Amino acid sequence: MNDTGGTAAVDTRIAIQLTDIVKRFPGVVANDGVNLTVHEGTVHAIVGENGAGKSTLMKTLYGAHQPNEGTITVEGAEVRFSSPKDAIAAGIGMVFQAFLLAANLTVWENVVLGQEPGSALSLNAKQARRRIRELGEQYGLEVDPDALISDLGVGDKQRVEILKVLYRGAKILILDEPTAVLVPQEVDALFASLRDLTSSGATVIFISHKLDEVLKHADAITVIRQGKTVGELPDPSEVTSRQLAELMVGSELPVPEIGESTVTDVPVLELKNLTVAGDDEGVRNPLDDISFTVHRGEIVGIAGVEGNGQSELVEAIVGLASSTGTMLLDDVDIARLSTRERRDSGIGYIAEDRQKDGLVLPFSLWENAALGHQHRPPYGRGPWLDIRGAKAKTEEIVEEFDVRTPGIEVAAFTLSGGNQQKLVVGREMTADPKVLIAAHPTRGVDVGAQAVIWDILRDARADGLGTILVSADLEELIGLSDRLLVMLRGKVVAEVDPKTVTPAELGSYMTGAKTGTH
Amino acid sequence: MLERIWRASLAPLFAAAAAIIISSVALLISGNDPLEAFREMWKSIDSTQSVVIIINTAVPLYISGVAVAIGFKMNLFNIGSNGQYLLAALVAGWAGAEVSLPPLLHVPFVFLVAILVGGSWALIAAILNVTRNVNVVVSTIMLNYIGIGLSAFLLQEVFRDEENGGLVAQTKVMPESARLPNLNAIVEFFGFDFAPGVELYGFLPFAIALGVAYYVLLNRSLFGYELRLSGMSADAAQSAGVNPKRMVLITLFLSGAVAGMIGLPFLMANPDFYKYGDAFPTLLGFTGLGLALLGRNSPVGIAAAAFVWATIERATQPLGPLGIPPEIGRILQGSFLLSAVIAYEVVRRRNDAAAAAAAAEATRAERSEPPPSATTVGATS
Amino acid sequence: MSFTIDATDVGTDRRSPFADNRLRIVFLVTLGMAVMSTARLIADNDDLTSSGTFGVALRTAAPIGLAGLAGLVAERSGTINIGIEGMMVMGTIFAGWWGWEFGPWMALVGGIVGGMLGGLLMSLATTTFGVNHIVAGVAINLIAPGVARFMASELFVGVQGGSVTSSPGNRGDIGEFTMPFLSGGDLFGWQTPDILGWLEDTGWFLVADFAGLGKGLTTSVTWDVVLAVSLFFGVAYLLWHTALGLRLRFAGERPSAADSLGVSVHTMRYVGMAFSGGFAGMGGAVLVLFANRYQENQVAGRGFLGLATMIFGNWMPAGTAAGAGIFGYAQGITLRTNPGDLVRALLLAAAIGLAVTAFWMGYRQSWRGVGWLLAFAIVAFWAYFSAERPNNQLVFVTPYVVTLIAVSIGAQRLRPPAEEGIPWFKGMQ
Repeated sequence: MNDTGGTAAVDTRIAIQLTDIVKRFPGVVANDGVNLTVHEGTVHAIVGENGAGKSTLMKTLYGAHQPNEGTITVEGAEVRFSSPKDAIAAGIGMVFQAFLLAANLTVWENVVLGQEPGSALSLNAKQARRRIRELGEQYGLEVDPDALISDLGVGDKQRVEILKVLYRGAKILILDEPTAVLVPQEVDALFASLRDLTSSGATVIFISHKLDEVLKHADAITVIRQGKTVGELPDPSEVTSRQLAELMVGSELPVPEIGESTVTDVPVLELKNLTVAGDDEGVRNPLDDISFTVHRGEIVGIAGVEGNGQSELVEAIVGLASSTGTMLLDDVDIARLSTRERRDSGIGYIAEDRQKDGLVLPFSLWENAALGHQHRPPYGRGPWLDIRGAKAKTEEIVEEFDVRTPGIEVAAFTLSGGNQQKLVVGREMTADPKVLIAAHPTRGVDVGAQAVIWDILRDARADGLGTILVSADLEELIGLSDRLLVMLRGKVVAEVDPKTVTPAELGSYMTGAKTGTH
Repeated sequence: MLERIWRASLAPLFAAAAAIIISSVALLISGNDPLEAFREMWKSIDSTQSVVIIINTAVPLYISGVAVAIGFKMNLFNIGSNGQYLLAALVAGWAGAEVSLPPLLHVPFVFLVAILVGGSWALIAAILNVTRNVNVVVSTIMLNYIGIGLSAFLLQEVFRDEENGGLVAQTKVMPESARLPNLNAIVEFFGFDFAPGVELYGFLPFAIALGVAYYVLLNRSLFGYELRLSGMSADAAQSAGVNPKRMVLITLFLSGAVAGMIGLPFLMANPDFYKYGDAFPTLLGFTGLGLALLGRNSPVGIAAAAFVWATIERATQPLGPLGIPPEIGRILQGSFLLSAVIAYEVVRRRNDAAAAAAAAEATRAERSEPPPSATTVGATS
Repeated sequence: MSFTIDATDVGTDRRSPFADNRLRIVFLVTLGMAVMSTARLIADNDDLTSSGTFGVALRTAAPIGLAGLAGLVAERSGTINIGIEGMMVMGTIFAGWWGWEFGPWMALVGGIVGGMLGGLLMSLATTTFGVNHIVAGVAINLIAPGVARFMASELFVGVQGGSVTSSPGNRGDIGEFTMPFLSGGDLFGWQTPDILGWLEDTGWFLVADFAGLGKGLTTSVTWDVVLAVSLFFGVAYLLWHTALGLRLRFAGERPSAADSLGVSVHTMRYVGMAFSGGFAGMGGAVLVLFANRYQENQVAGRGFLGLATMIFGNWMPAGTAAGAGIFGYAQGITLRTNPGDLVRALLLAAAIGLAVTAFWMGYRQSWRGVGWLLAFAIVAFWAYFSAERPNNQLVFVTPYVVTLIAVSIGAQRLRPPAEEGIPWFKGMQ
């Protein structure tokens, strides 16, 4: 299934060679002997799961950090990059997943920064604009040089990032998860541009975990798992996606939960026509006319590429974003209530970013346990903090939810991510919620804590809790949900049965290749 | 325990050393002998009389520091506390002299007036911030100058003491029932002697009470928890159901209310004053800002800062006739403040880095352990 | 420089400030002047828009405007500068010292030097050590008067005309400039006709007022003020038409992007603060040149007024200049011979302006806030007709009230630099 029309990899010179790269961080070995061979003029894909070590490897190649062991060879010569400047000088350019653009400034200003045309006393904007238009036409990356970054869509912003790199004369481009935030048409346009680039002699490396894309567009594939290279495939037309997936994951695909269903038909949270309006005129509504119902004893999973309205959904329900529409909690309309009132009514909330919204890292554990419930017993009594009650309750939570800590007086930042999250989950659960909104509940959490949290969620479900689970972890979604809703561009575009859907299918719904219910 | 005190004193001690070094350099440049200067400074504070004067000076400074610290805890910068306390002192001075009440009522009455005036003036800035998104720094400073002008106007035209003041603009003298007696008796009880004319002003217990109240508010009350929360993480506070607008309004009001009390020690406990007039000190609000920063917004820290500040003032007062510029005190104070502010930040970042390392260590320890067995929460996987 | 007319709103940060919406500004200015002219006629107070008043307004606006520029450059490069007041104080003491020792132009240089010292010191705290920007600014404001006092005690005490609170006078004047023909300035020794002055004397509606404005801005303008005005254009050019300016702006908008492209964020922030301190110090020097000496408490809040003009101007030089003009005018009228009458006339002008705006918004069918505008207009009319001449102390507060009102109104479409105030270190994303 390969239609790259590109150069047969084995015949050309080698642009990049990474040999036995080892990179260690405190507590983890991110790259454990990685090998990579990229030929000139090819589109080379690096695939692997989240956390396999792909980004670390690319940062090494880009000069953002140095490897502990191993060598880097660029066009036959061994090199040592002490900073990105060296890599740029060697003709390597990296386009990060998170764009580094100044929203309030124009395209040309963002592109030329650091290598401005003109003299020291006079910035030559005309020349800048001209060069950008040239590059844009040459490689199908047209962008208006005078446009403000904040006015651009994601696809155009990515073009700006690529132009930045080309403007500096990069011959080897590295793109980190370039299609993560693109819609299908933008994906096609991107790879067309990349193809234009390689046919004029440049080399492209891109990191992805989307197998169908990789098989469709790459000239060669390298598979990384747990910090090691587990497959170097110079001819993708010989590989099936099943084989590729197995190389990546190393085992069977996640097994969905088999057990008795605890789903009832008693609705606990009903959302009707829930909409979060866009900021300006003509901007798409981030959340657009959502309606669905969560029942007691049910976990409704929300799948979707990040940025398609999941955060807005969560914020709208919890009351952090203003919305229109109806929200019934046990038949009581909560749409006009404040965040505090909603939480008091029985909405539990596990925030997506625990360090920003869920915890106050310098606060002690018991102060964090009170967060969100500080005005109610056992944490508060009238105008006072019930310190003794709070501490006692925190001890209970720590005990019951297996939070590993030397004590409850320590600051939250001394805990590992997993224990922090267990504390958050525990504090929400002990408040006896009717509905739990869990956003990425095991993000950045180690495997052990993850298992504990999943157990907690399952047990709560068995006790009758209704849960909305937003996650990017397919294993989590498939393993926990009773049913799955897929969100795209602010709407629910598909409902699937987690027991029977395959990851490839789910991915198609998430990227809009397919629509409908399964 | 000793370790904790040592840790907490590290930064201020460093700052003090830096201040002394910088001031010595300034003295040398201007042709003075630093050693002699410091010796003279020590001599001038080495007496009971000096200690008393220092405490008297420190009391209004402490109140000023606490007033702005309340705002600082929530990242609200009440820069205009000067205007708040001058207006409050004026109105309280006038109102207190207009009524006659028994002392048990008169004293609280004066307090109440001062608190309400100071709080309301600060509230204007809060309302502008909450409704029109006006920067609190800009609005409190504008209100500062408006308050100064307004109080000058009111003093001249409305509140002045026509009979006794004569050409000098001032309010009527505070009646006996609103005055606070000095504490000499208590100190003499402990065996210290007083030189004639030296008094330990009676506002000290109120300042201590304020400090205790501040501590209780901050650490024991629900409001204090939400205040600290809002200051640490506005996002977490919102998720926790705190209403940010309500917090701004209440916090600035409280800050202004406490600021209103800055003038009370002069009105009620200082025989040189007992009234509001042109001689009233006008810059205590700004000093309070520095004290809150030095004391890191803590009740005890601000007290220590106020004490140090007053000590420097007292120590440098008699230097003039000796040929040493008394303004060296300003250099001492200023360099101490700047060094402290930098030292606090450096220490904080170092502690944060250590804590992050601790968390990473905890994570690593856990990764190498097997996942917990079914002893938790009745797992059924 | 190209002037284009496009439909974007005034005050949004789009292209270079030289490409702004000219027609709309001309219309607003004319309307504003018409309101002032009407008030002048009704209140029978020619001084409201006289060249004398505008001349004083320019003088008082200069230090405020320089403070605003100081804030602008600092914040554009990522540092929130609350310490402008303290840097201006540093400027005044150095200017007073060098002006007395060396002369007026050295006073200007001294002011810049003094202010820069303050700016660099603050940047040391905020950029290198990561101290909270507002805390550092407050510290600078507290330290500067102490340093000034100490320096004064060492330099001026014992010298004739000097004391710890005041320096002896400057050595000579810095000289002034009067525009030939328009304002009757000299041209090679020949006294040219004073066209604007003649127009102003006619008293005609709108014409006399604009003439007064024109003449006021071009008569007896001291050279330091001329320099200050030109700096506005200089800063606009620097920030939007030079590579350095682009890098400075990135340090405030997206430092990580700059860092990834090889630009040193820390260096840029230091440079920005050096400029900032320099402008602030120059503002102090301007004050010293007017008073002909250093005086304690000379700055009196102008640093904060400057901050307000920067916010009012939406972090753009043109808007900052406009804000400085307005606040400078409000402070300038308090220095004229009959300030009370002028304040009253200004009140009338405000009432008329509010009423006109209210009707305009009603005409445009956008009813939000019309009620408030009408209410304030009525209060202002009532205050004008019922109150007597206001007291001196109330006159004193006029600029601060005007500032407060201005920032309360204009707080809607503000766009500060995206990452200002955030201490940045390598490794941050």
